Amino acid sequence: MRRIMVGVKRVVDYNVRIRVKPDNTGVITEGVKMSINPFDEIALEQALRIKEQGLADEVLAVSIGPADTQQQLRTALAMGADRAILVQTDAAMAPLSVAKVFQKIAEAEQPFLTLLGKQAIDEDNGQTAQMLAALLDRPQATSCSKVDIADGKATVTREVDSGLETLEVDLPAVLSVDLRLNEPRYVKLPDIMKAKKKPLDIKSVADYGVAEGAAFKTVKVDPPPSRQKGIIVKDVAELVGVLKQKGLV
Amino acid sequence: MSKILIVAEHDGGKLNASTAKSVTCAAKIAGATIDVAVLAADAAVIAAEAAALAGVSKVLVVESPANKEPLAAVLAPQIAKLAAGYTHVFGPSTTFGKDVMPRVAALLGVSQVSDIMAVDGSHTFKRPIYAGNAILTVEAPAGAPVVATVRVASFAAAAAGGSAAIEKVDPGAALPSHTRFVSRSGASTGRPDLQSAAKVVSGGRALGSAENFKLIYSLADKLGAAVGASRAAVDAGYVPNDLQVGQTGKIIAPQVYFAIGISGAIQHMTGIKDARTIVAINKDGEAPIFESADIGLVGDLFKIVPELEKALG
Repeated sequence: MRRIMVGVKRVVDYNVRIRVKPDNTGVITEGVKMSINPFDEIALEQALRIKEQGLADEVLAVSIGPADTQQQLRTALAMGADRAILVQTDAAMAPLSVAKVFQKIAEAEQPFLTLLGKQAIDEDNGQTAQMLAALLDRPQATSCSKVDIADGKATVTREVDSGLETLEVDLPAVLSVDLRLNEPRYVKLPDIMKAKKKPLDIKSVADYGVAEGAAFKTVKVDPPPSRQKGIIVKDVAELVGVLKQKGLV
Repeated sequence: MSKILIVAEHDGGKLNASTAKSVTCAAKIAGATIDVAVLAADAAVIAAEAAALAGVSKVLVVESPANKEPLAAVLAPQIAKLAAGYTHVFGPSTTFGKDVMPRVAALLGVSQVSDIMAVDGSHTFKRPIYAGNAILTVEAPAGAPVVATVRVASFAAAAAGGSAAIEKVDPGAALPSHTRFVSRSGASTGRPDLQSAAKVVSGGRALGSAENFKLIYSLADKLGAAVGASRAAVDAGYVPNDLQVGQTGKIIAPQVYFAIGISGAIQHMTGIKDARTIVAINKDGEAPIFESADIGLVGDLFKIVPELEKALG
């Protein structure tokens, strides 16, 4: 079975305006829309395309999170994943612990390719893919904007600060994906019905012998400092005047 | 007593400015000893530049053909070995550091503190979450190594004037051959580097075409500025992706930032939060960019930009 494993995180939807709790213990997540992390959606889309090219037999979506994460996994199944595993927990999970759970799943499921988003848009850690690759002692390529699979290898283009970098990695490998890799498909109603019948296994973190809990103590969460309100100038002459006065040109 | 190892970023020939900024971050930890690790194929110039940074005690050099390209899978096991005896291992939160540092952290058995924007103590740091819409203060446990990336836009570069000892070392790590470098594109433009430029001129979707983006390049050249772009302009194909400024592109902190024809989406503003002065030129007076701009000018960019260039003499 040529299998691709995809990590799917449940996060606050990217359109939601983030508000910090008044007691500074976190951000408000009660009653806000939750979605699949957008980068993970791109990872899933890529897995489905690779399968549609006839280069894989099965796409497995895995997630760690509360019971409601089943919603995001059902969406993943409706997009086209074949089955899903939810490692259910209400606890915070350190990035290294997430990578350790994924490591255990990968060792059992033997995917030839693991695709993850380059970061989750809630905590913006950007660690899981690299850690998973390290724990499995396998190649990694982060921020991929192009992925080609052939002859037991992946040729990937990465978005780096200086432009684009191309690497060749032996499979199995762990890749993290960037925004420009693809545009995820929309889910159609019949697929949502079909997804209800697809297998979704529920496991616990303890099943994998990994500890729950955050990596670090949260001291506090603050809103970002706001900028001072600026001025509106009426024309170019006034703009140049202000810039010169500030010594900026 | 904190003993900090900083992983140097370089392009094979020269030290990247992100290293000097990481040194400044490390120096915020009281009483810290700061060493820099240079892993390269040909390290002489890079090591000398690192040794000249004020505040650096020692430069550890690992010279090997295997270190010619910055492959995380090759570098991480070496860095993990070098980390023995250090309380902290820092790298820049650039695409280089974001790639390699979590792999180092996993090898050392810890999670990483990503994107340090302020240092509150030897184990207490501030970092942005939710695309900078909240600031998290975390405390890492004492007794375990702290592996972290440094948000380079939050720190000035360490000054020159140091004279650290340079020491060649062999970490003796087994290196994999499963990852191979093929190529890199995105040639030098002759303009200042976007990430470290004092002045940046950025264009958005309102430019309308790659052809019209010449207006931006021309103004930038007049100012001696780097060129940037919004995600919308990059996605529309007006400019290459490495010019993208914002949460998913480059996070920058220039002295002055010109946002031209950019509406000011949250993800773009996240990338310029630390700009000293933001100048916005947009024909829509209601555009969100004007809420954050220090100086705003409402009008047609196709008229204003050439006029501005002329007025600058």
